[in-house]
Amino acid sequence: MVANADFWLTQFLNGMQLSMLLFLLSIGLTIIFGLMHFVNLAHGALYMVGAYAGVTAAASLGNFWIALLAAPLAVTLVGIFLYVAVIRRMRRAGPMNQVLVTFGLIFVIVDLVRILWGDIALGMEQPAVLSGPVEIFGVVYPAYRLFIIAVGLVVLVTLGLVLSRTQIGAMVRAGVENDAMASCLGINVERLFFAVFCVGCALAGLAGAVAAPVFSATPSMATDILIPTLIVVVIGGLGSLSGAIVGSLIIGFIQTFGAVVLPGFASVLVYILLAAVLIVKPSGLLPARS
Amino acid sequence: MKFHTFAALAACASAVLVANTAAAADIKVGLLLPKSGTYAALGKEIEDGFTLALDEAGMSEDFTLVVEDSEAKPSVGVAKARKLVLEDQVDVMAGIVSSAVLGAVRDFVDGSKVPLIVANAGNNEATGESCSPYITRVSFSNAQVNRPMGEWLAKSGFNKVYTLAPDYAAGHQMIDAFTETFIANGGEIVGSEYTPFGKTQDFGPYLTKAKAAAPDAIYVFYAGGEAITFVKQYDSFGMKKDIPLFGSGFLTSPLYVAAEGPAAIGVTTALHYVPTLNTPENKSFVEMFTAKYGHAPSEFAVQGYDAGRVLAEAVKAGASDRETIKEQLAQVSYSGPRGPLLIDPNTNNIVQNIYVYETVADGDALTQKVVGTVDLVRDPANGCKLN
Repeated sequence: MVANADFWLTQFLNGMQLSMLLFLLSIGLTIIFGLMHFVNLAHGALYMVGAYAGVTAAASLGNFWIALLAAPLAVTLVGIFLYVAVIRRMRRAGPMNQVLVTFGLIFVIVDLVRILWGDIALGMEQPAVLSGPVEIFGVVYPAYRLFIIAVGLVVLVTLGLVLSRTQIGAMVRAGVENDAMASCLGINVERLFFAVFCVGCALAGLAGAVAAPVFSATPSMATDILIPTLIVVVIGGLGSLSGAIVGSLIIGFIQTFGAVVLPGFASVLVYILLAAVLIVKPSGLLPARS
Repeated sequence: MKFHTFAALAACASAVLVANTAAAADIKVGLLLPKSGTYAALGKEIEDGFTLALDEAGMSEDFTLVVEDSEAKPSVGVAKARKLVLEDQVDVMAGIVSSAVLGAVRDFVDGSKVPLIVANAGNNEATGESCSPYITRVSFSNAQVNRPMGEWLAKSGFNKVYTLAPDYAAGHQMIDAFTETFIANGGEIVGSEYTPFGKTQDFGPYLTKAKAAAPDAIYVFYAGGEAITFVKQYDSFGMKKDIPLFGSGFLTSPLYVAAEGPAAIGVTTALHYVPTLNTPENKSFVEMFTAKYGHAPSEFAVQGYDAGRVLAEAVKAGASDRETIKEQLAQVSYSGPRGPLLIDPNTNNIVQNIYVYETVADGDALTQKVVGTVDLVRDPANGCKLN
């Protein structure tokens, strides 16, 4: 094997792409968990719905970019329905019940998707401007995967600015830190939760739509992505943006380079790291509240 | 009210009795197929082909079908097989997509003396060292579909090949068979990698590694959802021009090649069936299948069809219970949609043609162009001892 600079650069890009995808999913999950103290295992199912919504929108409207807008919207609507019907009642129900209910939701959503769209993986065409490889820093790499990296970075920067520079961002951070106190200060915590939940769902839908051209929409998407996302949230720390991005980068790169350098051990490495973090720093590497 | 309740119960009881006696003339078939997971679409296609065969023979009334979901997982497959045999008391079982599931249920099937018609799983041992007079395979063996490609690639001038496959029984067997004939014909395998089965969505790292090994061509086995993802990602990395993609035919199966889109054009693979075979039997089969299900049949459909047809032929020849069905299955031979079909008495595996084909564009759609035929491929002596 010729392990030269080209090879490592390409693998680095592969790792970045996976990290960005994980980031889009985990940021929604971690803020929801950090702010609402709600374990939403159905987040992976929302990612899947986003992928299928994107596939259907692209197929019927013929335009990738519109599909990229339609999918997060569709998933947010699904999320609102779930929030009103199920999640709002379960907010104070304790983690065990929340896990059971949202886990059950996964099965319901996956089977609904299978009934509506069938079992065969559905592909989505990449937009013409992004299909095909480009040359970057001397290596040939698919343009679409660079797009995924770009989307992740844009979301990271946007969320970072919103959380640190805007009032609503300050309210979110206050709510994560101490929601009772924030409520005393006059912040409408319920409405904040709802808004954050919607944004989390939209991000999951965006991640699904963005991933669909590369990975194809399959019913097993919901559970395939759930474990890595949960590991990212646990390792990175609950409720914080920096935790989400650090966790995503760690897991994305371990999975990518592990698959190449130590194929047998790649999956074990992630779990070893998870165990190590839980032992040494149970609240995660960069939690919102220390 | 007590009298009404009693009368209602009596009516129910007699209805059940009548139903049972009517069912006694039926042959009970247990279909063990994946209904969820990466191979769910294959399971559905096989079931469709199976019921079509029974309809065609005019014998749908004579069979009761019990369908169970194997989830392509060995532990679940064994549990469901037990249920079909011990609880449902089926006379014959059919199906099984995953080689791993077949390996797991083999001992149970042999021990409980229930005939099993394998409609997909290509596990070599099932008609090899672990063969059993109760296991009849009408699909293919993993080695059977890949051996011809080893010779084909070597003779086409490719000297260095890199292989990829999912890390489970079928993946290893398919690549091993290819490697054996490829090396025997003078080729060199420059690298080989196995990806986590059913869990790999991103082949990027593996494709990058394959490219770094500088092969002349890549030979892979992937099926179902993984095949779609692999072919598309292969194309997106721009590798097709420099390193042509070959594989076992499931990579570009007619069942899901449309989802792969233009990425599949030019990929050459080998399979025991393509819907574009130009024979009268195949043309009528394709017509029947498309009319009933709305899409052209794939190799999985024809495997399901042949599984149903051999069972129908066995029953027509007089089989009615487990032992007689097992006897008759081995005797069946006919000319079907995929060409001549007969069961090898040495292994209970099917003997059939293998077609090398290239996926080409046909307007907006994709179709299969046969570029070579290997006649009546039979598994060589492989350790099977059928008593």
